[in-house]
Amino acid sequence: MAAIIELQGISKHYSKTIIGVDNVSLTVEDGEFVTLLGPSGCGKSTLLRMIGGFEQPTHGMIRLAGQDVTTVPPYKRDVNMVFQDYALFPHMTVGDNIAYGLKSQGKSGAEARRLAAQALDLVGLSDKIDQKPQQLSGGQRQRVALARAIVRRPKVLLLDEPLSALDARLRDQMRIEMKHLHEKVGITFIMVTHDQEEALTMADRVVVMEKGRVAQDGRPQDLYDHPASPYVANFIGTTNFLPGTLAARLPGGARVATAAGMVTAETEVTLPEGAEATVGFRPEKLRLLAPGETAANELPARIVEVIYYGLGLRTTVELKGGAQVHVDTLLGDSLARSAVPTPGAEVRLGLEPHNVFVFGGRVAA
Amino acid sequence: MAMKPSSSRLAADTALTTFVCLLMAFLYVPIWVLIAFSFSSSRSLTWPIPGFTLDWYRKLFANADLLAAVGNSFYVAICASLLALAVGIPAAMALHRYDFWGKTLFRRLILLPITLPGIVTGISMLNMFRLFGFSQSLETVIFGHATALLGVVVTQVFARLQRLPKSLEEASYDLGAGPARTFFRVTLPNISSAVVGAGLLSFVLSFDEIPVTFFLTGRDNTLPMYIYSTLRRGVTPEINAVGTLIVLATLVLIIISVVLSRDRTPR
Amino acid sequence: MNRKLSAALVLGIPLAWVVVFMLLPYGIIVTYSFWVKTYPTFKPAFQFGNYLTLATDPQYLQVLGRTLKISALTSLFSLLLAYPFAWWLVFRCPSQALRTWAYMAVIAPLWVSYLLRAYIWKTILGTEGILNSFLMSAGITSEPSSLFLYNQFAMVVTLTYIFIPFMVMPIYTALERIPANLSEASADLGMGPVQTFLRVTLPLSAPGIAAGFTLTFCLSFGDFIAPFLVGGPDGNLIASVIQTQFGSALNWPLGSALSIVMLVIVLGIVSLSDRIEAKAQTGAA
Repeated sequence: MAAIIELQGISKHYSKTIIGVDNVSLTVEDGEFVTLLGPSGCGKSTLLRMIGGFEQPTHGMIRLAGQDVTTVPPYKRDVNMVFQDYALFPHMTVGDNIAYGLKSQGKSGAEARRLAAQALDLVGLSDKIDQKPQQLSGGQRQRVALARAIVRRPKVLLLDEPLSALDARLRDQMRIEMKHLHEKVGITFIMVTHDQEEALTMADRVVVMEKGRVAQDGRPQDLYDHPASPYVANFIGTTNFLPGTLAARLPGGARVATAAGMVTAETEVTLPEGAEATVGFRPEKLRLLAPGETAANELPARIVEVIYYGLGLRTTVELKGGAQVHVDTLLGDSLARSAVPTPGAEVRLGLEPHNVFVFGGRVAA
Repeated sequence: MAMKPSSSRLAADTALTTFVCLLMAFLYVPIWVLIAFSFSSSRSLTWPIPGFTLDWYRKLFANADLLAAVGNSFYVAICASLLALAVGIPAAMALHRYDFWGKTLFRRLILLPITLPGIVTGISMLNMFRLFGFSQSLETVIFGHATALLGVVVTQVFARLQRLPKSLEEASYDLGAGPARTFFRVTLPNISSAVVGAGLLSFVLSFDEIPVTFFLTGRDNTLPMYIYSTLRRGVTPEINAVGTLIVLATLVLIIISVVLSRDRTPR
Repeated sequence: MNRKLSAALVLGIPLAWVVVFMLLPYGIIVTYSFWVKTYPTFKPAFQFGNYLTLATDPQYLQVLGRTLKISALTSLFSLLLAYPFAWWLVFRCPSQALRTWAYMAVIAPLWVSYLLRAYIWKTILGTEGILNSFLMSAGITSEPSSLFLYNQFAMVVTLTYIFIPFMVMPIYTALERIPANLSEASADLGMGPVQTFLRVTLPLSAPGIAAGFTLTFCLSFGDFIAPFLVGGPDGNLIASVIQTQFGSALNWPLGSALSIVMLVIVLGIVSLSDRIEAKAQTGAA
């Protein structure tokens, strides 16, 4: 697959101290669905807007299908954006909105109308073609915005938090619809979101950003199972952290001494022995061991609190040494028929070594 | 919150409502007086009115000078409003979009003629025109009005631009339209209510303008100048007739502007 | 058309206009103000004689004082009339439709010719005018009184009448912006209606008052037409003096100096008002 977007050393400096994007290099393959993920202020929207041409990078180069487009204005770039507030023209009908972009491509009025109808059909809103945007619901407007962008068959489709204005149920529905749309039209999608669940479910590749830099770039499962930093580990899903010291390096793994006990991890570690380290593990990877059950890592603990959230139980436990961690257990049966841990009880936590992350240094609580 | 109004509150409210009615009367009684006297058969303006006549209106329409002045006023008002829009809309856009050296001074200067006595605007522009060899004429009046009216246009259009989401313009760029096309097909239609309102207001203000016109006009009179010079010689009932017609025209204009501003509510 | 060109046009056209039709003319006036009057007209020079005259000659100071007094009185009375009306509109008006109509009814006179609204008071207040006829027919007076016209009273009444809408508009806007629940919160915390008004509503409407006052003051300050029509001998305000300097007196330098003084006074008032408004904003934010 060819690279459709290449970002080389892109930076956006607002002043000497305020840096929006810091030396980001990124390649997007043709047909991929990539999300830029991060909290507000991390630079993801700025990066997207630079790809679209609405902001100029202070350093670096942007290539689109091999051509340098860094200084090319948006109306001459073969990319299209779906704006966060949809930006539908209120004084035009839905059909005219969609046809607007086709006129500048030189299509005749009749041809534009035909293609517009086609695009509306694709998103399931054919009957709305003569209505005004104000008459549509939020979800419908979003689909019109999509159609308006897609109808031009751009090389890349940019989406700026497209689902953030929708309510939860509609959002879940639209995630799936958008994924299907992507498969159908085959255009490269680059989407910005702050919702990690969204990124995981929709994207082929996730680029996690922190303070203007790329923290990690990879497939959703790689990010989830092998986070490169505590930031990524806690931004995608949740992670329990335990401070410790690297006790020993083993072939294909390591042992970390923590106040809660010795933890064995099955992950490549480059830290020297004796170095400060932090161990991380996800709540759902912990098991409350039944009497007689064993695991590669066993941590004695005391139940502090149990919270029921329908899907499962979130149990807070206190480990030796005082640290508190969370354990998530899915309920396979109704609550009444499940074994619910009692606060105050002494238990043992089981954790498999391949589910343990090891990071250098200490993580702020 | 349902509370039983106390008697003191009731008294206060009644007093206030009475005040409001009296204020309305204060504002409108003089206008009714004007209209009443335009039909009075007596030359003097004493009360009660002796008889009813349409003479003054007849004399009005036979008055060639007056009719010429009205025509001049229309000419000046239309040109000045269009000019004010042509310069004011870009000015509002520049203030809304760009940051540049001297921006505050630029904005203050544009808004200055609103609070500054028209006499100063008139005199300063007269001197400028004289310096470059232009003598006073209706055309110098047009430029004077347009300058004074810029502030009106800029205020209205700027306020509307602030409420326009930036993403609409960006979406237009994104869809392949350059700056010119974006302005005419997206920006302008969405600020049209402000443009029409500002244009109408400018027209009315120009029609009624005196201080700037006083200094910049040559031999041709505008309507207010004509009325003013007539008034200097003494009050005549024809003036009442002119006044009534102006009130009528104003009413029509207000109705038009209300209707126009109601139709456009794309939110 | 590319972006740089469009930016140049959007900025360039108004900028050029402002330079030619505002900066240049003001610059010329400033220059003239330093010229000297020689018989029969005047000639270029650089001297402060004109300003000196204005500062020391009692007749000019008197005119300036009179103008400031009239403007202040007009603004004050406009405020006293406009504020209760605006308050009624926002807080006591029974229906939204009535509110719109009443607001329009106050603003509408602005669209009626200014000249007419000034001249009509000449008719009403004159010795043969309506007020006198009414008073006589009601038996209150036995002969026409000349007390009403051609004096400062007439000027203040006329100017107040003309400029009330300018006072109503900003006060109305400021009052409308006050969130409804603030008075409810004040009542909840134990303040009666008068207290709530004095401690919550009035301070929050201060920017509107400042704006209206400034506008009305500046407009009255520069007016020469209404004073001419109804002011009589007291009707010689600054604007009329300037007009004479550029007319029969042919003393452009003095007229220019007086114009500059007027400009400075108006600018001073506007920036003072701006500062009050800005302070009120940060205080209320």
